[in-house]
Formats: sequence, structure tokens, C-alpha cells
Amino acid sequence: MLNTPAQGGLWIAFKATLKRDATLMFRRRGELLNPLVFFALVVTLFPIGISPDPVVLSLIAPGLLWVTALLAALLSLDSLFRTDYDDGSLEQLLLTPQPLAALGLAKVVAHWLFTGLPLAIVAPLLGVMLALPAGSYMVLSLSLAIGSASLSLIGAIGAALTVGIARGGVLLSLLILPLYIPVLIFGVGAVQAAINGDGIAAHLAMLGALFAASLLLAPWAIAASLRISING
Amino acid sequence: MWTFIHKWGSPKWFYVMSAKLQPLFWMVSLLLIVTGTVWGLAFAPADYQQGDSFRIIYVHVPAAFLAQSIFVSMALASLVFVVWKIKVADMAAKVMAPLGAVMTFVALFSGAVWGVPTWGTWWMWDARLTSMLILLFLFLGVIALRGAFASRDSGSKAASVLAMVGVINIPIIKYSVDWWFTLHQPATFTLTSRPAMPTEMWLPLLVMVLGFYCFFIALTLMRTRNEILRREINKRWVMDLFQEAR
Repeated sequence: MLNTPAQGGLWIAFKATLKRDATLMFRRRGELLNPLVFFALVVTLFPIGISPDPVVLSLIAPGLLWVTALLAALLSLDSLFRTDYDDGSLEQLLLTPQPLAALGLAKVVAHWLFTGLPLAIVAPLLGVMLALPAGSYMVLSLSLAIGSASLSLIGAIGAALTVGIARGGVLLSLLILPLYIPVLIFGVGAVQAAINGDGIAAHLAMLGALFAASLLLAPWAIAASLRISING
Repeated sequence: MWTFIHKWGSPKWFYVMSAKLQPLFWMVSLLLIVTGTVWGLAFAPADYQQGDSFRIIYVHVPAAFLAQSIFVSMALASLVFVVWKIKVADMAAKVMAPLGAVMTFVALFSGAVWGVPTWGTWWMWDARLTSMLILLFLFLGVIALRGAFASRDSGSKAASVLAMVGVINIPIIKYSVDWWFTLHQPATFTLTSRPAMPTEMWLPLLVMVLGFYCFFIALTLMRTRNEILRREINKRWVMDLFQEAR
């Protein structure tokens, strides 16, 4: 039986970690909204800073939405392992018999579900405000959904590396932003292609490839980084 | 064969043996760089389009090559450190990072200077300049992460992981940036096909590239030796060394 409590399999541990993180997220609903509010707020700054002209805005909208969503996702990464590190539950995670890579992945999945996915859902709404040309809204959401999964995976490596450092926030962005560039390029590329009426399949396929590669490799790097941060 | 390689993992062996190798690499690099500089600046023919300004290539391209190679060497050293726990490899990785950052900066700066006569602007967001800029950030990240840890061992391990993550990403970043911007002239020379430049132009370039590599090896040996002394200051053999010197 899968549900025997005494001996937890890998899948049970994965689900338990995911559920625990989800519960914790729901208990702090304010924090849950923060990336979205940040996203909307920064998007608001651009028409004020550049121009309210819809023609200008529609030109920069794809890149602007993607960069802002990327920054919002980055902002929430610092807390990914931070609270667990502070209260010691990260050490418990290390002591479990299940591989740390899988449990780390569960935490990343939770992070994506509560940050990347909501950002992808909200993005079209902000796209309307930025006069994003019609026909690219679905692609914007889709590219953000796939892309932010890679962003969470790659970002978690940096979060795991800096969790032991007192003020790791700025350092985290220095480590992670260069690695985000491919995702940004293909994410914006997909939206731009949809606007121009070109094929979007190539861009989405590349985003998918980046996601597959990071899904394969990132958990091991996350596990190794967590071990370094905790054991020294 | 293996024992020969294993011996290099010992800081003392590395210190003693690199002392013998170091002068060789210094001399060869000095010879090559002086030859290449004089040849490239004074004797190589001027470019028919760019005139004499193309001669920046003799600094720009070697620096760019070296910057990328240093990141790969740094990641390899990190891998050796993480897998086999060989401390000398970590020391080498540590001393390579600032050198790599400087080389990346040299490549970027010479590229910017070169941009003025050729493109009429200091900076252009073209594929290779952008990739180099990202490489600079990757180097700075590795250096900053190592420095951020209070304990040296944690810093070493963390920087090693980041270097390896970075080296996997470098080709991805490079190709994705190439995909986006396709403004630059094609690669100067590839290993598979003959270069488009005439022989009298690219031969000094080759000399310069080799000279830069020898310079990198010599400098890495020297700085690793310093790092060994710094970390092993309390070891018997280092104390003996200082006793002798006194």
C-alpha cells in the first residue's frame, strides 16, 4: 500500500513536502500576493516613465512583461529556503532517507505553483493595460508558464547557495540573472513571433527544451548547494 | 601515470614542481607576446576596409578566447575539487576567477574601442559583446559568492557548484544570444575551416593567442603557489621553507 505511514516511499515524501509548502504558502496569503503586486506595480511604472502612447507601449510590451515577471519571480526566490533554514526544517529535510534532490524539487514545484503560474495567469491582464497586440495573449501566458518553471528551477540553485548567507538577496540576483537570459530570449521571442504572425513553435520548443534540461540537472545542483549551505 | 597525476594533488609537490615549470611558461609567453605584438602591429598588412584599426584584433581576440577558456578551466578545476576533494584544484579555481574577469573586461573594452572606428559607436548590443558581458557577470558572481561565505570551505564548495552550473549554461547562453542578435561578422577563425584572413594577418594572431595562453598558465601557477603558501602557512614544510629563506 502506498499510504502506510511507517515507511514512506519517494513519492509520499515528495507529496508530503509539496503539501507542506502549499499549506505554509496559504497560511501567509499576503506573501503569496506580493510577487503579483510587484508585477503590476512595476508594469505601472513604465507608462509613467516612458510614455502613455499605446503605439510605444505595444512595441515594448512583450519584453517589458517578461522582464518584470522575471524580476517578480526572482524577488520571491530568496524566501524559498530561507524560512526553512531559519527554523531548522531544512536540516530535517537533509536527514530524511529520501534523496534531497527530489524533496528540493517538490519545494520548487510549490514555488512555481504559487509564483510562476499566477504570474502567467495575471500577465494577459497587464498586457491589456500595455496595449499588447491581439493574438499574443495566449502565447504570453503559455511562454510565461513554461519559462517560469525553468526560472524557478534555476533560481532555486542560487537560493540554495545563498541561504546560509545573512544578506544573500542582492548576491542571489547577481548569480541568477545571467542564467535567466536564455529563458528571457525565447520567452520574449515567442510573444514577438505571435505578434508578427510568425510560427511560435520553435520558441516554445526551445523553452520546453530549457525546461527539460533544467528539470533534469537543477535538482542535483539544488541538493548539492543545500548540503553546502547547511554542512559547510 | 596515475601516481604522476596524483602527486600534483599534493600542495607541497605542486609548489616544488611548479617552481620549475613557471619560468619556462613566463619566458615562452613573453617571447610569443612580444613577437606577436611587433609582428601584428608593425609588419602585418593593414586591412583594406578597416585600415590600421583592425590591429586591435591582436589583443581583442586572444583576450576573448582566453576569457572563455578560463571559465572552462575554472569549472574543470572545480569539478576535480568537488569529485576528488583535491584542494590544489580549488586553489587554482580561486585564482583563475579574477584573471578571467579581467580578461573578459579586456575583451569588452578592446571591443568597445574597436567599435568606434568600425561601427561608429562604443557599444552595440551584438551577440558576441552581449555574451562577453554575461560572461563577465558570471565571473563576478563566482568571485562574489566565494567571498560571501564566512567559512573558506563553504565558499570553495559553493563557488565550485556555481562554476559548474555556469559552464553548462555558457553554450546555452551563447547560442540563445546568437539566435537573437545576428549582426556581428562571422567567427574569426574556426578549428575546422581555413580562416578568411590572409596568412600574414592571422599568423601573428595565432602567436598572440598562444602567448596569452602561456601567460595564463604562468600566472595561474604563480598565483596558485601564493595561495598554497597562504593556506598551508601552519604546515611543517611551509615553516621549513621560511626557515631556509631566512
